[in-house]
Amino acid sequence: MPGLEHTILIPLIPFFAFLVIGLLNKTLSPKVAGMIGITGILASTILAYQVALGYFFSFGQVDGVFQKIIAYKTSWLQFTDSLVIEMGAILDPISAMMLVVITTVSSLVFIYSWGYMKGESGFSRFYAFLSLFSFSMLGLVLATNLFQMYMFWELVGVSSYLLIGFYYDKAAAVAASKKAFIVTRFADLGFLIGILLLSFHTGTFDFQLLTDPNGPAITSVGGATFMGLSVVSLSLLLIFIGGAGKSAMFPLHIWLPDAMEGPTPVSALIHAATMVVAGVYLVARLFPVFAFAAPEALEVVAYIGAFTALFAAVVACTQPDIKRVLAYSTMSQIGYMMLALGVSGFGEDGLGYTASMFHLFTHAFFKALLFLGAGSIIHAVHTNDIFKMGGLRKFMPITHITFLIACLAIAGIPPFAGFFSKDEILAAALVSNKLIFGVGFAVAGLTAFYMFRLYFMVFWNEAKIEGAPHESPSVMTIPLIILAIGSLVAGFVPFNELVTSNGSLLATELHWEVAAPSVAIGLIGIVVAMVMYRKASNLPSKLSSSLGGIYKAAYSKFYIDEVYMFVTKKVIFNLISRPIAWFDRNIIDAFMDMTAKMTNLVSEGIKEMQSGQLHYYAIYFASGAILFVVLMLWMR
Amino acid sequence: MTFTQIFFYFLAGVIVAFSVLSVTTRRILRAAVYLLFVLMGTAAFYFMVNFFFLAAVQLIVYIGGIVVLIIFSVLLTSQINDRLDKPEMAKVVIGGLVAFGGLIISALTLWQYPFTASSAAEGDYSVAEIGRQLLNYGEGGYVLPFEVISILLLAAMVGAIIIAKRIKPKTDD
Amino acid sequence: MIEGVPLSHILVVSSIMFFVGVYGFVTRKNLLTMLISTELILNAVNINFVAFNRYLYPDKMEGHFFSLFIIAIAAAEAAVAIAIFISLYRNLKSIDVEDVDSLKH
Repeated sequence: MPGLEHTILIPLIPFFAFLVIGLLNKTLSPKVAGMIGITGILASTILAYQVALGYFFSFGQVDGVFQKIIAYKTSWLQFTDSLVIEMGAILDPISAMMLVVITTVSSLVFIYSWGYMKGESGFSRFYAFLSLFSFSMLGLVLATNLFQMYMFWELVGVSSYLLIGFYYDKAAAVAASKKAFIVTRFADLGFLIGILLLSFHTGTFDFQLLTDPNGPAITSVGGATFMGLSVVSLSLLLIFIGGAGKSAMFPLHIWLPDAMEGPTPVSALIHAATMVVAGVYLVARLFPVFAFAAPEALEVVAYIGAFTALFAAVVACTQPDIKRVLAYSTMSQIGYMMLALGVSGFGEDGLGYTASMFHLFTHAFFKALLFLGAGSIIHAVHTNDIFKMGGLRKFMPITHITFLIACLAIAGIPPFAGFFSKDEILAAALVSNKLIFGVGFAVAGLTAFYMFRLYFMVFWNEAKIEGAPHESPSVMTIPLIILAIGSLVAGFVPFNELVTSNGSLLATELHWEVAAPSVAIGLIGIVVAMVMYRKASNLPSKLSSSLGGIYKAAYSKFYIDEVYMFVTKKVIFNLISRPIAWFDRNIIDAFMDMTAKMTNLVSEGIKEMQSGQLHYYAIYFASGAILFVVLMLWMR
Repeated sequence: MTFTQIFFYFLAGVIVAFSVLSVTTRRILRAAVYLLFVLMGTAAFYFMVNFFFLAAVQLIVYIGGIVVLIIFSVLLTSQINDRLDKPEMAKVVIGGLVAFGGLIISALTLWQYPFTASSAAEGDYSVAEIGRQLLNYGEGGYVLPFEVISILLLAAMVGAIIIAKRIKPKTDD
Repeated sequence: MIEGVPLSHILVVSSIMFFVGVYGFVTRKNLLTMLISTELILNAVNINFVAFNRYLYPDKMEGHFFSLFIIAIAAAEAAVAIAIFISLYRNLKSIDVEDVDSLKH
C-alpha cells in the first residue's frame, strides 16, 4: 500500500545493526557496538509506534472494521507462475499490537542490558544477537504468508539458540541452548508438514486468502479427510505443534526452564515477552481457519493451554530458582492465552480471542518487568536461589516497588493490567467450557500464591545476604519504572475496540460475577503466601512434608525431563539408534572398508608387476594381446 | 614344382632359419649379420612380387643404413669376442610359451581362413607411378603421410644428435 | 603374386618371423639385440602388407606404400634408439636392459 512501504524498515533496521555489529565485531569498541544496537532498535520503535498508531487511529479502519493491509510486498522466489514465495509486511490489529509490544520491550531490554552486561567479554556479540533476534521477531509478526513466517520462525529459533548459549564456556548454557533448539526444531517439523498440507489443499500461503471466511481454506472443509479428521484440521493441529514448541506448551515445554541459563535480559525479551508468544500469535493469525474449518483443533488448543497453565503453576510453587519460577509462570500465562484462544468463537463470540491478545499485551509488560527485576536482583546478589535471598526491600527500593507492581499485575489485582485481561479470559471460558473455567480459576489462585511466595522470599523474610547489596544503576532501573507504568496502564487500553477476531468492535463489559471471585482467590493466594513466607517459619517445610509425594513430584517438575531422558536415552537410543549405528558401522562402513582393503590387497599383489624390467612389460603386453585375439576369435 | 616355388620355399627357409639364429646366437655381431640375411631374404621376396622399388629401399635403408648402424654401435659398446650371457630359463620358458602360443593361434587362424587371390590385372609398379602417387595431393594420394614422415625423420635426426651428444659436466674452472 | 605359392604360406613365414622377434625381445638382455628383434617384428609386418597387396589387391599399391613408410619409421626409430643406447652406455657402462629400471619410480 503506498505510503506505508517504510513498514518494512521496522525489521530491517535491527538487521542492519546486526550486520554492522556482527561484521565489525573486532574493530568496533563495545560501547559503539552497544550504541549502534540501541539506536537501531529505538529507530524502529519510533517507526513502529508511528505505523501502529496510524493504523489504529487513522487509516486502519474502513467503515468501523479493521482491514488487513499489505504494507509492502515483493516476490522473493519465483519457482513457477503459480508458486511464488513472497516477502512483505502485513498490517492488521494483531501485527500492529505485536509491533508495539516487541519494539517497546526490545528497546527497554537493549537499554537495560547496557547496565546489566557492562564489562562482559561478549558485549558487542550480545548486541549483535539481540538485534538479530529483534529483526527475526519483527519479520515474523509482519509475515504476509505462512512461508515467510516459517523462515522468520526458524530465525527466531536460531537467535534464541545463540542467546541462550551466550555464555558458551558454561556447559549448562550450551546444553540448554542445544535443548531449546532441538525441542523447538522437533516441533517445527510438525509446523512444516502442517504448512505443506495446508498450502497443498488450499493452494496458497497467503494469510489474506487463508483467513478469508469465504476463501479456499475455509470452504474446502468438506474435502479430503484422513484418520477421521479433515485435512485442514490435521494440518492446523500440526501447525499448532510448531506453535506449542515455541510457546512451551506441555509436553514440549521442557526447554523453557533450562533456557534461563541465558543472560537475564534475554530471558525477559525472548523467553517472557516476545518469542514464546509466537505460538499464540500463530494460532491467532490463523484463527479464522481454526474457528471455521477446524473447531476440533481449537478444542485441542484449549485443553492443552489449560493443562499447561495448571501444570506450570503447580511446578512454579515449588521451584527454588527465581528465574525458573518466572519461567514456569510464563508457561502458565501462555497456557492462559492458548486457553482463551481455544474457547473463543469468531465475530460476536470472539471474546476469548480479544482476551488472549489482551493478555499477551499486558503479560509482555509485567513479565518483562518481572524478569528485568529478577535480573536486577541477581545483578546485586549474584545468586538465583531465592532461599539465599531475603530482606532486599531495604537495599533495592526501586526494584522492590516495580517488582511488587508486576506481582500485583500478574496476580490479577485491580487496577493493574493483569486484572482486566485475566477477567476477560475467565469470562470467555465461563461461557464456553466450565471445566476450562475451573482450571483457569484455580490457576489464578496459584499464580497469586507463587508470585507472592517469590516476592516475600526475596524482599521480606530475613536477610541472608552478607554485606549490603546495592540498587542497580539508573540505566537498569529506568526501564523497570517504564515497564511498571506500562503494567499499571496497559489494562486500560480498549482492546475490544482495537483487536477483535473480525476487526469490528466487540461489546464487552467488566464481568463482576467473574472478576469478584477471581480477585478474591488472588487475594487468598497472596494472604497464604504472606503467612507462609513473610517471616522465616517452619510452615512451608511442614506443608511440603505433609504433601509428601505431590510436593516432591512438583519439585522435580513432575519428572517430565526424566521421562524425556528415558524415552530418548533408553528407548530411542537403545532400540533404534544403536542398531542403526551398529548397521552403519558394521555393514555400511565395513563394506566401504572392505572395498578399500580389497583394492589395497590387489594393489599389493600386482605392485610387483611394475618392476621397471622391460622384458616383463613386453611379456604382459604380448600375452594380453594374444588373450585379446583369442577372445575375439572365440566370441566370433 | 616350378622354379619359382622352389625358390620361394628356399627363401622362406632362409628367412626362418636366420631369424631364429639371430635371436639365439650368443655373439652379438653374429646376431647383426644374421639379421642382415633375413632382411636380404625379405628384399628378395619383394623382388619376387615385382616390388622393385620397395626391394631397393629395403636394401638401401635397412641393410645399408640400419644394420650398418647396429654393427657400428655393437663395436662401440662391446668387445668383438664378448659372448652374451645365457638367457634366464624362466624368461626362455615364458617367452617361448607366449611366442609359440601366439604363433599357433595365428597359424591356425591363417590356415582356416579361405583367402582367394584376386584375379585383377597387375597395376603399374614403376618408380614413376610410385613418385606420382607419393606426391599426389588428390584422392588416394600420399603427400600428407609423406610430409609427416619427412618431419618425423627430421625430428628423429635432431633428437638422436641431442641424445647422443656428450654433455660436458659443468665445472667451475 | 608368386605362381603356385598360396597366400597363407607367405603369411605363415611372416608369422614365424614375428613371433621369433617377440621371443627374442623377451629373452634378450642386451638392448642392441632387442633392437634387432624389433626389426624382425617390423619386417614381418612389412611382408604381410606386401603379400596382402599383391595377392588381394594387385591393382593398387596401398600395402606397398605402408611398407615404405614403415621402413622410414623403422629407420627413425633405429637412429633414436641407438642414440639412446650410446648415451646409456656412456652413463651406465652397460646396455643391459635390466640395469635400466629407474623410470619405475
